[in-house]
Amino acid sequence: MKFILNDKIVEETSLPSDFTALRYLREKRGLTGTKEGCASGDCGACTLLVGALEEGELTYTTLNACITPLQSLAGKHLVSVEHLASLDEGLHPAQQAMVDAHGSQCGFCTPGFVLSLASLYENAANTGAEVDRESVCDAISGNLCRCTGYRPIIEAGLAMADRTSHLLSQKTWIKSQLAEIENSMAGAQYVRPETLAQLHQAKQRHPDAEFIAGGTDLMLENTQRYRDFDVLIDLTRVAEMKQIIEQEGDLVIGAGVTYSELEDYSQTAYPHLYQLLSRIASRQIRNRGTLGGNVANGSPIADMPPILLAFDADIRLDKIDGSSREINIQDFYLGYKQTALAADECIVSFRIRLAKLASFHRFYKVSKRMEDDISSVLLASRFDVKDGQIGAVRLAFGGMAATPIRALATEACLTQMAISDEQALEVALQTLRGELTPMSDMRASAKYRIDMACNLIRKAWLELNGMTVPTFSGHPVPSAWLELGQDVGKQEASNHA
Amino acid sequence: MRKLPNNLVTSNQDKALPMHESATKHVTGQAIYIDDVPEWPNELHVATGKSTEAFADIVSINLDKVMSYPGVVDVILQADIPGDPDVSPVLSGDMLLAGDFVHYIGQPIFAVAATSLRAAKQAVELAEITYQTNAATLHPKDALARQEFVLPTHTIQCGDAQAAMAKADYQLESDLYIKGQEHFYLEGQISVAIPNEDGGVQVLASSQHPAEVQKLVARVLDLPVAQVLVETRRMGGGFGGKESQAATLGCMAAVLAVRNHCPVKYRMPRQDDMVQTGKRHDFWNSYQVGFTQQGEIVAAQYDMVGKCGCTADLSDGVVDRAMFHADNAYFLANARISGYRGKTHTVSNTAFRGFGGPKGVLLAENIIEEIACKVGKDALDIRKLNCYQEGKDTTPYGQKIEEDVLLALIEQLENTSDYRARREAINDFNQHSPFLKKGLALTPVKFGISFTSKHLNQGGALVHVYTDGSVHVSHGGTEMGQGLYTKVAQIVAKAFGIDYQRVNVGSTRTDKVPNASPTAASAGTDLNGMAALDAANTIKERLREFAVEHFAIVAEAFAIEDDVVTLGSDSMGFPEFIKLAYMNRVSLSSTGFYKTPKIGYDRKAAKGRPFLYFANGASVSEVIVDTLTGEYKVTQVDILQDVGDSINSHIDIGQIEGAFVQGMGWLTSEELSWDDKGRITTNSPANYKIPTSADVPEKLTVKLFDRANGEETVYRSKAVGEPPLMLGISVWCALKDACASVCDHELSPPLAAPATPEAVYYAIQAAQAFKAQSLVGKEVQEASV
Repeated sequence: MKFILNDKIVEETSLPSDFTALRYLREKRGLTGTKEGCASGDCGACTLLVGALEEGELTYTTLNACITPLQSLAGKHLVSVEHLASLDEGLHPAQQAMVDAHGSQCGFCTPGFVLSLASLYENAANTGAEVDRESVCDAISGNLCRCTGYRPIIEAGLAMADRTSHLLSQKTWIKSQLAEIENSMAGAQYVRPETLAQLHQAKQRHPDAEFIAGGTDLMLENTQRYRDFDVLIDLTRVAEMKQIIEQEGDLVIGAGVTYSELEDYSQTAYPHLYQLLSRIASRQIRNRGTLGGNVANGSPIADMPPILLAFDADIRLDKIDGSSREINIQDFYLGYKQTALAADECIVSFRIRLAKLASFHRFYKVSKRMEDDISSVLLASRFDVKDGQIGAVRLAFGGMAATPIRALATEACLTQMAISDEQALEVALQTLRGELTPMSDMRASAKYRIDMACNLIRKAWLELNGMTVPTFSGHPVPSAWLELGQDVGKQEASNHA
Repeated sequence: MRKLPNNLVTSNQDKALPMHESATKHVTGQAIYIDDVPEWPNELHVATGKSTEAFADIVSINLDKVMSYPGVVDVILQADIPGDPDVSPVLSGDMLLAGDFVHYIGQPIFAVAATSLRAAKQAVELAEITYQTNAATLHPKDALARQEFVLPTHTIQCGDAQAAMAKADYQLESDLYIKGQEHFYLEGQISVAIPNEDGGVQVLASSQHPAEVQKLVARVLDLPVAQVLVETRRMGGGFGGKESQAATLGCMAAVLAVRNHCPVKYRMPRQDDMVQTGKRHDFWNSYQVGFTQQGEIVAAQYDMVGKCGCTADLSDGVVDRAMFHADNAYFLANARISGYRGKTHTVSNTAFRGFGGPKGVLLAENIIEEIACKVGKDALDIRKLNCYQEGKDTTPYGQKIEEDVLLALIEQLENTSDYRARREAINDFNQHSPFLKKGLALTPVKFGISFTSKHLNQGGALVHVYTDGSVHVSHGGTEMGQGLYTKVAQIVAKAFGIDYQRVNVGSTRTDKVPNASPTAASAGTDLNGMAALDAANTIKERLREFAVEHFAIVAEAFAIEDDVVTLGSDSMGFPEFIKLAYMNRVSLSSTGFYKTPKIGYDRKAAKGRPFLYFANGASVSEVIVDTLTGEYKVTQVDILQDVGDSINSHIDIGQIEGAFVQGMGWLTSEELSWDDKGRITTNSPANYKIPTSADVPEKLTVKLFDRANGEETVYRSKAVGEPPLMLGISVWCALKDACASVCDHELSPPLAAPATPEAVYYAIQAAQAFKAQSLVGKEVQEASV
């Protein structure tokens, strides 16, 4: 495999498939500015800047080096903190701003913050986008600091000078080199198919190999449980799995689409989805994690399955013999971490009827912390409404059972009822209490989970009836909510139905 | 207040202040932490085999598969430790490796040294250990019921609490369980040991207390202390977690290094760190207070039970400090405060920023909120009414509050934060908002400064001046991000009258300054800054004597300022002058020493002066709560902190903000969780959530209270490390206030600590239930009329 490490092209031929970028930098290259804080993608001390060509443009994103196999970065530009400052030009704007704002204390998390801010800086310089408090907090949402209390770091992010950094001044060279090595192959043990046919062949050759997309969950096996992976099949370059397309009344989302890509797609078209996506993990994880991975790992607390359940998504599964089948997501989850996915199958894409996306829908997530936390309870709801009457209802939950689950009996209580029928709502909530029996764990008690499930349905119902019910996100509280005389909770003029 | 000697009243506020000495190294990745030190080709890595039982006798251990695992070089049990296996900081019971029995889940039973950490971690899983289990005690309440303590109970008393309680207008009796906190320093525990040619060992430690690492390494190796050298350049965060418990890593690495004649690194992966090292103590506090109709506290009886874990560690001091702070800012005329050191079969809890103090302060503030609702007043009025002031100025342990800072500080913040107007606006808002409720609280902190173990209140330093005029300072304090090195360099530069850039503070080494106290108790600058000042002054005095003789001038004609040495009518640059002094054989090196004056606490009488002075502060927090889910946001925070004359206001403000957010985290999203077997279930940042940038309000202002320390501390500054952590309590109180608004503040509903969304939701439920009941009550009354 070839890649650019800071300012040099590097070729590696003999790394194990699961060797992480963090270990590579620290153990093989002596670049110890990148730190291990948790080795689970939760703290951001190992944040790296990764440049890639996208339609000819050089863009940088961040990722957690601790859970990223180095070979997944073949053909890319890796920037570690050591490269940000140069002898000629001094500190990078993100670094200088951090120094000026007293943004470091113990300094251990600092390189990670600097790279997250540098990513924001570089992309803002590229696109001309404004850097505001929200974008700074988004950029550092996966970086934990235990010393400063963040204020000076946010200030540094807002103060990054708009002078040209030396990264950008090397842009032409980097671009030309990346164009050359873009298709650099990884080693024999790390297979990167580019078509479904190649993917099928790879799995035939290596039947025991694990599929890896973002690896944000799979790699925890490697870094937390010390499991060695022999062969990995990387799905991130399979063209069919990277698409988001609208065709024949359907929205088809490739299994390899990352959360960040889905955020870009949904920002204007599906604001409720966009808002929910900002509550999933951190910027670094959303840059890597994929929809397919989130669905395939079978976790009952994954956030995307309830949303797909709410829209009755069909999942396309490919077998290695080249055959293909579709299964509705309702039939996909069989038990705790058990799915209908066979060992010789992989998820290719998700298909949702566009008409269903046009229905009234609301997603709510409750967790201990707003940013980068796992759901205690997540509700994805959809109500088809006609003439003031509810047609199909979907109430899908995460965190309420051994699998992502729809509350079918509860749904039935609301089907064919008038949207304003409060009695029906109360019956539905009573039904829900009998229908789902969540468990208690370190995230929430069973009682809280069921209480929240009810209240989130109530929220959705109130909004269905034209009320605006505030829902906090990781972002600042809208100023309207803070002011007296705000109309929260009052009937809106327009009716969503 | 006493008049201050003029020469000690200083302020650095106007001058350009230095950055943190490592700021540029931090942002460029050049700052070296222990894991960044290049490894030797023969370096070994450690992992430990852990107990899976909370309390059990070990029946059998089979390590055959561990020993034969590829990469494993050495495996040791307790019996293989050449010296004393007990690595307790003060008392006893902390075994480097368990012997015949285990007393918490995660306790190390054996250790492996392997060619890689990965091999070591894979190998330890292959051990076969059988146990005979015993009934474990897991809750401090159970420890109290069973009278299982790691140390004897201590009680502080003043007045007659029982008599006063009986006569009080109102009595309130309840309890408050306060959960602990995981340190989550970003750099996990780590140590490297390198054997030397004399059979001794050099240890790189990420420790707040290198001298103790040195002592314990010597003990486990059965060596004289002088054979062990411990060095700490910096820690990636400490927060108390590396005060006593970092020593284990140094000891384990040292034992394996000496046995195998090679460097050994022991780095705990995050999950091991979260399972195997102690945390902030949980406390179960039960309380009874008596107060007047106006809300003045007249009697207080507190039973405070610390969850110490399986051994004493530093718990004596932790529980003492909780007791010393149960008054917080409030005068208690009649009080009985008992502190119990509960023994539980969980990891031994340890120091954490505030050292028990936060448990006392939260108890006090919880009580204030409840009294305010009971007597129908704003909580701030209850705070001011009970605040220490003239005539009400003696603590339950007999120390007089000599500075009248608290009330002035509270009132200043009340005004600058616009507390009263915001309170009215919030009341209006809450009346009109069906789902969202706001809360507001202003809470003060009075924090005692000095180690409560008197002997620790000493500091040492070593200052060298070199012939080019550059200065090197060593001191006993350690750098964990708090800016101690920067402040000490500033102090020395100021003492000499030279540019800050001339002063270099080297890493902390036990062969430079011996027997140093831990960098803890917020006392780093007070002790080490004073010691460095003493050393600098000694050298400066020699320089003066030299100048008087050499230039035949009077002593007063000698001065150094801004790098220029004034010698009567002549002057010369500092380097030139130093070279001259050297040529004339003036000693340019000196040690310095400081011991804190005035302090002393008579444990038998439970009276005395444990603290030289108090650091004070207050904060106002405003929150907005979603009553349907219990989720919330902190929307505004205003802080006013008393740091005396600040040595470096940037660093002080950094400490204040960081401590505030850490305190807020402790009481909001950070929740430790244990299962009923005694296993910690919050063992990773995936399930233990410290605040992120999005949790910090955009409106966050910090101001320094403008008054010099009344005591003769270094340049009249005050300690700043711990006190502002307790400012985070205003967030918890504001949440409680928001919950109370649901029942029109007729009740302050019980709120768990931490106040997770779940906790807040059920506090709101309690308030709603109370309101519903009182409405029913009123209807019944009306019906019967």
